[in-house]
Amino acid sequence: MDGGVVPTLAPALVSVEDLTVRFVTRDSTAHAVNGVTFSVRPGEVLCILGESGSGKSVTLRALMRLLPPGKTRISGSITVDGQDVLALNPAALRRLRGGLVSMIFQEPMTALDPVYTIGDQIAETVMRHKGVSKTVALARALELLELVKIPSAASRLNNYPHELSGGLRQRAMIAMALSCGPRLLLADEPTTALDATVQIQVLILLRKLQKEMGMGTIFVTHDLGVASEIADRIAVMYAGRVVEEGPVADVLANPLHPYTRGLMASTVHGQDRSRDIDAIPGSPPDLRQLPPGCAFAPRCSLAAGECLSAVPEPRFPAPGRMARCVRLGVPAFA
Amino acid sequence: MINLLIRRIFYAVPIAFGVSVVCFSLVYLAPGDPLQTILPSDASAETIALVKAAYGFDQPLPIQFLKWLGRVMLGDFGQSIATRRPVSLEVMGALHNTATLALFAVPIAFSTGFSMGAIAGCFPGSWLDRLLTGTAVIGVSLPNYWFGIVLVILFAVEAMVLPATGMGANGSDGFSIFRWADARFMVLPVITLSMVPIGIIARSTRAAVSEVMGQDFVSTLRAKGLSEPAIIRHVLKNALPQVLAVMGLQFGYLMGGSILVETVFTWPGSGFLLSKAIINRDVPVLQGTILMLALIFVATNLLVDLAQSLIDPRIRRT
Repeated sequence: MDGGVVPTLAPALVSVEDLTVRFVTRDSTAHAVNGVTFSVRPGEVLCILGESGSGKSVTLRALMRLLPPGKTRISGSITVDGQDVLALNPAALRRLRGGLVSMIFQEPMTALDPVYTIGDQIAETVMRHKGVSKTVALARALELLELVKIPSAASRLNNYPHELSGGLRQRAMIAMALSCGPRLLLADEPTTALDATVQIQVLILLRKLQKEMGMGTIFVTHDLGVASEIADRIAVMYAGRVVEEGPVADVLANPLHPYTRGLMASTVHGQDRSRDIDAIPGSPPDLRQLPPGCAFAPRCSLAAGECLSAVPEPRFPAPGRMARCVRLGVPAFA
Repeated sequence: MINLLIRRIFYAVPIAFGVSVVCFSLVYLAPGDPLQTILPSDASAETIALVKAAYGFDQPLPIQFLKWLGRVMLGDFGQSIATRRPVSLEVMGALHNTATLALFAVPIAFSTGFSMGAIAGCFPGSWLDRLLTGTAVIGVSLPNYWFGIVLVILFAVEAMVLPATGMGANGSDGFSIFRWADARFMVLPVITLSMVPIGIIARSTRAAVSEVMGQDFVSTLRAKGLSEPAIIRHVLKNALPQVLAVMGLQFGYLMGGSILVETVFTWPGSGFLLSKAIINRDVPVLQGTILMLALIFVATNLLVDLAQSLIDPRIRRT
């Protein structure tokens, strides 16, 4: 319950208001993100939890305007450190990217340029934002590789991405993201592509560096375990909407939204082997044809008539907690 | 890197040997007897046997091959049946003339094709892409000998600003690219020869660049805050190995000289020599020309291989 009351005094580093992202093609429009609102304070870690297609990665990319400009329609507002991201001109946007805000991607093999060395790729970012010489930038790159605990860092500078293991590649990716001291770190499933043992090492490293550098962090994952390791607060996304938000311990201990409950019931945590895992029945809705009401209603055992008619408004049953469900007070929840 | 160089050169040796075997036997597999063309049709059996022995055609094929290969290694391709001049002189002269055209056609075609493809690939689907890709398709599809004739009609016959055919008053031996009176004879052939390579290189560059543009690391580059030119530099370096492979092949084709284009412009290059040798059934010249061209291909591929592995470290391992 650490994120509940006290940090609200600090001004938000990121605030996203009613963010909507649609992908328009000639044949159809995919409603990837539908009115997402959240904020992150300096030094706080917000985990966006959701399954594939819930709009969590799209939300993250929208924060840096990394979505393909031609077919993407973005509305709402995104403010990072006082800057209106959606209104930035190209030059200001480039200063923001990699400087104020940086991103770690899911797949470190394909996210690094295969024909440049690790050192060159980190140095390039440093030179771009700090305006220093290549020699200074490479020295900084070496410091960074040591910071992310890459063994024999000096020789790794001259390695190409394919010469490193998955864990080391992701560490190099983290080094690159941290190279210019960002105030906001965006992490798009950074541990998903890694082995379980490496996953926890990278997670611990990220958490440590985030604390030391005091970065606000938005961490996208589909893994409840990962979220509970690293998050201060959790926002659960479903069909492009945040359906529940709150401090991590509260949400995990007392999930309010039926979807969050379903997610928790469908994970493996030492239950009887003979018992089946309670998977959520059905599958997520088609983002091109969202139902008019609660998007989760067709899969929800508690759904009633009012769930189908309109999208539920956010409700705030406790300080710092939010859920978009009209049946919050229904006895079955107790 | 040195290791790689040695290994690749080592690989090239058996290929070159295979090429020489194919060259040697191709001519014997083709129908028609080379002696027919130089002997009168009523020659006696004795005369035929004499001439056969003189050219060594009476010996078993493997012996002929080894003897031929031994001489070829020393630079002796024998004598042209048609002109009686040493084949090496004929081939070198023709290659020199074709190389003179290629000296201009290669940089023109490669830079134009690469730029067109790179621009189209950076903006796939745009009107610029459609315009450039459409132009490239036209370049590949138009028969270049027809295009050459059209150029001749326009610039030599109608406008009379450029000569139609040949190498000029000084002939092949006195030709100098530094003298406009000679060099103007190259303009139309060079343009005609460049057409196809421009189209092919533009299309493969576009394909390679637009594929790389769709890769994940381009998002990373954007997320780092790089400018578009810096991003394009990364993309081009990634696309270059694929493009180099195509350029190598095109270089080989240009050195082979286009039989049709060189015939249209009566340019005494390797294509022209080949067509003459085929018509005259001039076996030694055919063998010599084909072998030299094949070796140029092998050497070009070797260079392309090395350049590719310099650019993309992942290629070095294999």
